[in-house]
Amino acid sequence: MNFERIREKLNILADAAKYDVSCASSGSDRSNKNNGLGNASKMGICHTYTADGRCVSLLKILLTNHCIFDCAYCVTRKSNDVPRAAFKVQEVVDLTINFYRRNYIEGLFLSSGIFKSPDHTMERLVAVAKKLREEENFNGYIHLKSIPGASDELMYQAGLYADRLSVNIEVPTVSGLKLLAPDKKHEDFTKPMEKVKNEIVRYTTERKIIKSTPKYAPAGQSTQMIVGASGESDKDIMYSASYYYKTYNMKRVYYSGYVPVTHDSRLPAIGSKVPMLRENRLYQTDWLLRFYGFSVGELLNTQHPNLDMDVDPKLSWALRNLHHFPVDVNSADKHLLARIPGIGMQSVYKIIKARKFRKLNWDHLKKIGVALNRAQYFMVCDSRLWERRDMDAEKIKGMILQTSSGKFRNQYSTQLSLFN
Amino acid sequence: MNASTTLVYDGSFNGFLTAVFVAFDEKINVADIQKNNQSQNGLFSETETVFTNVEKAKRVWNGIRNKSHNAISNVYFAFLSEAEGVEMMLYNYIQKLMRTKNGKYLDYSDSTVLHIAQLAKKVGREKHRMEAFVRFQLTKDEIYFANIEPDFDVLPLISKHFRDRYADQKWLIYDVRRKYGIYYDLDHVEMVSLNLKDIHHNKTVKSDAFTNEEYEYQTLWNDYFKSTNIASRINPKLHKQHVPKRYWKYLSEKKVTA
Ligand code: SF4
Repeated sequence: MNFERIREKLNILADAAKYDVSCASSGSDRSNKNNGLGNASKMGICHTYTADGRCVSLLKILLTNHCIFDCAYCVTRKSNDVPRAAFKVQEVVDLTINFYRRNYIEGLFLSSGIFKSPDHTMERLVAVAKKLREEENFNGYIHLKSIPGASDELMYQAGLYADRLSVNIEVPTVSGLKLLAPDKKHEDFTKPMEKVKNEIVRYTTERKIIKSTPKYAPAGQSTQMIVGASGESDKDIMYSASYYYKTYNMKRVYYSGYVPVTHDSRLPAIGSKVPMLRENRLYQTDWLLRFYGFSVGELLNTQHPNLDMDVDPKLSWALRNLHHFPVDVNSADKHLLARIPGIGMQSVYKIIKARKFRKLNWDHLKKIGVALNRAQYFMVCDSRLWERRDMDAEKIKGMILQTSSGKFRNQYSTQLSLFN
Repeated sequence: MNASTTLVYDGSFNGFLTAVFVAFDEKINVADIQKNNQSQNGLFSETETVFTNVEKAKRVWNGIRNKSHNAISNVYFAFLSEAEGVEMMLYNYIQKLMRTKNGKYLDYSDSTVLHIAQLAKKVGREKHRMEAFVRFQLTKDEIYFANIEPDFDVLPLISKHFRDRYADQKWLIYDVRRKYGIYYDLDHVEMVSLNLKDIHHNKTVKSDAFTNEEYEYQTLWNDYFKSTNIASRINPKLHKQHVPKRYWKYLSEKKVTA
């Protein structure tokens, strides 16, 4: 192995891959076969964290950053003047195995610029995964990017070796896509998604009948949307996200605050602040949709097309719907408990267990980990000291903001001062 | 009144469980349960030395497990915290557990239960951290070797994870603080103690115990770690919260390179 050459390539191709935020290595439970190498654990492990606090669990690289397309938001686009490099299939295999054996990573996340044609590119990605599984007996995690426009046959093969497949939709609206990625058609994205979804459905049905049916993309598929590049509203983003969750059984949708990488009049200028708070609010919303039983229309609608920045989406919903409150924590069912601001899903289950033994009061709830500074306005418990004052939404919000110290508080106050 | 007795055991988990067995069996009024190398004579209590007995320990283990799976893992994890006085707390916990009828002892508003659960959680967190932060280095005799220095005695807890994952390579994980390690020889995992001259953390000076290739891969990993950073999103506080500083010296990506 020519170490210096590999080093150069790795620097270029890791750098180009880092804007893809999905790092998840969870959701697959591949066990170790025949005393081979590795397994994929259900929870996924973060082996380290980047300087901005994101989980590093996979070796995330591009096979190559040569690309025949010119998508405006992408560093790899052909008109961009950057150093280019390409890994050989075997080089990626060696890197993955050696990193894995040293317990640096959970597996590989391989994406690529499109060289020659979508199929030509997809074929190489599949070749890496196949080699890892069949020659190295590797049972760790493999995430492959589905190249937009790749054929059904290749997508089928990809799923046989990979744990997860993803196509980044990147631009949440069709009009935005036309503007920013003129070479790509909306179907180029959805066709591979459709194929993968159908295969997953087919394989799971067959597995129910024949136990030994091999796995097909056991961790499912995911996609990513860029936030803040094409003037879309939070409603646009979350409605598309819900559409992808439903239509293609997506496991995850990722939201990535746009990092300006280019001078282009269609996009925010280089140096514009990455909309991290907004990204965070979108993830919170996504969470509420997937785990808390909210429907997207409750959180975002025509009267309310964008998320509040100063309070989280659940609190924001509660403030708009005070008629549902207060909820009695000693009798309410879990769906209602989950809607109280300051009570997370973990607390919901702890409350349900603990209240079998006694009626819960403020002290109990505090020990359980409920954020009372928020929750107190929306609930009653076994205590006469509950918040009885009849306050309106603005008042409650004010009281809560006074006592909270969220991680974006500073950022928010500087943002606020901009508008004063 | 029954005079109170301090039970002294050998420091092992089985030893502790045996002490619990003896206490229940002989209806001892327990003043304290102490490790033999830390035992202190209380002024007003008798001391009784407990000899570890795997059969007795097993009966206690099964007794707790039959009440609740969650409880047995809480007991084991909390024990490994090596927290001062944890034995008595566990003894109280087990007493409370045994008094419950249906075994589902999950009253988190009870302070002993809560405390044990919190200790167990801390140990559990470190178990996960160690599964993540172990960094193997390949020695010339083809053993993947790692030093760790965890706050709690987590080696027994992480053994299975590494056995399941690295089934086709020899590996050795050594706890520098507690001076023992676990070694997998392609067949099974065993406890070992070594006379380590050097503690191999991520220093830049190369040791000739390791292959040349080893250092090349460390450099590549280092590079990779650096290039994952997106400068416009930097957040050192969050970073340290995830990767506490006390672990840094064993992480090769934290090596200061030229
Ligand atoms: S096709 Fe992919 S790699 Fe190429 S410019 Fe578009 S987004 Fe970037």
